[in-house]
Amino acid sequence: MLTKRIIPCLDIKNGRTVKGVNFENIRDAGDPIELAIRYSEEGADELVFLDITATNEKRKTLSELVRNISKHISIPFTVGGGISSIEDVELLLNCGADKVSINTSAYTNQNLVNALAKNFGSQCVVVAIDVKKEQDEWFVCLNGGTKKTDTLALDWAKKVCEEGAGEILVTSMNNDGTKAGFALDITSTISEAVNIPVIASGGAGAMEHFKDVFLQGKADAALAASIFHFKEIEIVDLKKYLSSNNIKMRL
Amino acid sequence: MKIVIIKYNAGNIQSVDFAFQRIGAEAIVTDDVTEIQSADKVIFPGVGEASSAMKYLNDAGLNSVIKNLSQPVLGICLGMQLMCKSSEEGNTNCLGIFDDSVLKFTSDEFKVPQVGWNTITNLKSDLFTKVKENEYMYFVHSYYVPASESSIANTNYTIDYSSALRKDNFYGVQFHPEKSSNAGEQILRNFLEL
Repeated sequence: MLTKRIIPCLDIKNGRTVKGVNFENIRDAGDPIELAIRYSEEGADELVFLDITATNEKRKTLSELVRNISKHISIPFTVGGGISSIEDVELLLNCGADKVSINTSAYTNQNLVNALAKNFGSQCVVVAIDVKKEQDEWFVCLNGGTKKTDTLALDWAKKVCEEGAGEILVTSMNNDGTKAGFALDITSTISEAVNIPVIASGGAGAMEHFKDVFLQGKADAALAASIFHFKEIEIVDLKKYLSSNNIKMRL
Repeated sequence: MKIVIIKYNAGNIQSVDFAFQRIGAEAIVTDDVTEIQSADKVIFPGVGEASSAMKYLNDAGLNSVIKNLSQPVLGICLGMQLMCKSSEEGNTNCLGIFDDSVLKFTSDEFKVPQVGWNTITNLKSDLFTKVKENEYMYFVHSYYVPASESSIANTNYTIDYSSALRKDNFYGVQFHPEKSSNAGEQILRNFLEL
């Protein structure tokens, strides 16, 4: 039986892992390769790397880092951050990335998802959607969550699914950094509306939150960052806990 | 030992190459016919779409080269599917090494593609030496091969299907051993021992 997945996320800036609350107060969380190896050994099911560096040297630095990570770990990994073309994706896949995550660029260039799926296959196209709740409706946000659009998250999720996305990564801006739990309503709404896997992100603070997002949120995978980096929750303990709650895990 | 990874238009070759490096082996990535034919072990990887991958292989003349190899050949994911008779993906005629047909997962209840870790059972080959029953492997696929006499491993997703096949010197795995942690690397080591 297919298991649910636990995915640590590493935010990368200038080659280091960082973590901030809502992109503020960024603090250093260590060497990404060391963390990647640690997570791979501790039973993480996949890894996600989001590059938040904003320099011209970015592509080169990122591709070297991706190559180093890919050499060292034997689990799948996704790379995201500033990817906006077929060439960007080709470079990262050639460095050993298994999937890419696209966010704002998928929205501003609405042919991108389809073009990437046709060129590289849907299996490597993860569409990240940052969502924000206002007056009981969930909207799509762009540019790291800073720019709200009028597009409903559910409509956008269905659209990217039709265009050939392989997975959807849903991050709730309302929940991100709060450690108060995932956004269960929008996660389950999207997961039930599309026939591709949904990764939930934003708000993990306790093991119960993962149980809730799998059972009530209908997520196929759950992603978190700081609680793993700073060992507030150990992946091994989390997977044992979820397994004892009848959620299928790779132990 | 000369290990060749067949290079063609269906990516993910880099991760296979890195996986061999991790287990201390060195592989050559090439589409050169002489190099492929003179290898001791041949890896036929692949992710992507069946009809365009087959078209590329046919145009490059690699179809008959692969079919006529006599050394151990390991097809991975799409590579395994292309070694079958046909695929529902793009109604493609494939290499016909295995007598099996590749079908699309259809289900209202299950998501397609299957993405993630699932177990392999009924292990029936030296390819799985030191790999335990119900070991987890990483899968990403929308098409599958129904269980058959060629099955050397089975997995359940919507139905029981073949997650590994064998015929003579040809082996195929639906999962990604290069992305399946220690057990996956063991399978790659076993393949080199065949």
